[in-house]
Amino acid sequence: MVGVVLVAHSAGLAAETAELARGIAGREAPVAAAGGTGDGGLGVSIDRIEAAVREVDRGDGVLLIPDLGSSVLTARLLEEPGRVVLADVPFVEGAIAAAVAAGGGAALAVVLAAAEEARTHRKL
Amino acid sequence: MAGMLDTDLFLAWTEGAARAVRLHRDRLTGLDAAIGDADHGTNLDRGFTEVGKALTEWPPTSPAQVLVSAGTTLIRRVGGASGPLYGSLFRQLGKSLDTPVTLAGFAAAFESGVQAVERLGKAAQGDKTMIDALAPAARALTQAVQEGADEHKAFERAARAAEEGAKATIPLRARKGRASYLGERSIGHEDPGAASAALIMAALAEAAA
Repeated sequence: MVGVVLVAHSAGLAAETAELARGIAGREAPVAAAGGTGDGGLGVSIDRIEAAVREVDRGDGVLLIPDLGSSVLTARLLEEPGRVVLADVPFVEGAIAAAVAAGGGAALAVVLAAAEEARTHRKL
Repeated sequence: MAGMLDTDLFLAWTEGAARAVRLHRDRLTGLDAAIGDADHGTNLDRGFTEVGKALTEWPPTSPAQVLVSAGTTLIRRVGGASGPLYGSLFRQLGKSLDTPVTLAGFAAAFESGVQAVERLGKAAQGDKTMIDALAPAARALTQAVQEGADEHKAFERAARAAEEGAKATIPLRARKGRASYLGERSIGHEDPGAASAALIMAALAEAAA
């Protein structure tokens, strides 16, 4: 299964979004949260992102979904083409779409495409 | 030794940069409060303090080690966008250096470091970012080398170009980073990343003085 890592400035935002995504996609979906700085502040910790990647890496690839700004820049440093890839998608909607696809056993490219569809998905 | 840039020079650079960032921490945070999220000075101060600790704990034996270690620490410890950006600058600069380091080799490696920042941030000169200070500094450095300047003169010219580049961000509208959310309201403020880049380049000139 493809792993999904949610990278956010806030630990709470990342953890609760992961909880929501797992709640919709099913508990078996490998979704991990990497939010906030190491000392519990608002910001990004590359150590936390790396730990989250290790947590959900089943050998089928990992999708990183950042919220904005330094999350994006820090996540980009961990990109490994074809193995660890970044999704430029709305955070919550992208996380849910990716988790559902990953939980269903889709390949990395398909999980990425599912997350990217969230960008054009209308709510009304 | 004239014309050779040694490990001590690069250690002095990182120490000088740490002192400058500490001294100007509140000014940098104030600039960031105007158009960003008011953490640039605090974040960079923490990052460069950790750089000092890392370099004391694992003493480097080459210029490349100083810069790669500094870059890795900044990436891990800053916590804001400037961490990956400055981290990439220092890491790429370090990785591009041949030993012994000549001024021409440093100028080429610095260009490569600035390009790494541009790639990561997808920013170009004029976007009101640290690139507005770093890119002119890289050009000034390369030009100084071509004109046969020694490292004192070359680093001074790079520092001056960075300072002028930082001041030139004041009338610009931000197109990257947090400030870009402000649109027109970002006009009239110096970019904090360009301001810190100017401090870091000034620290290099001081280290070689």
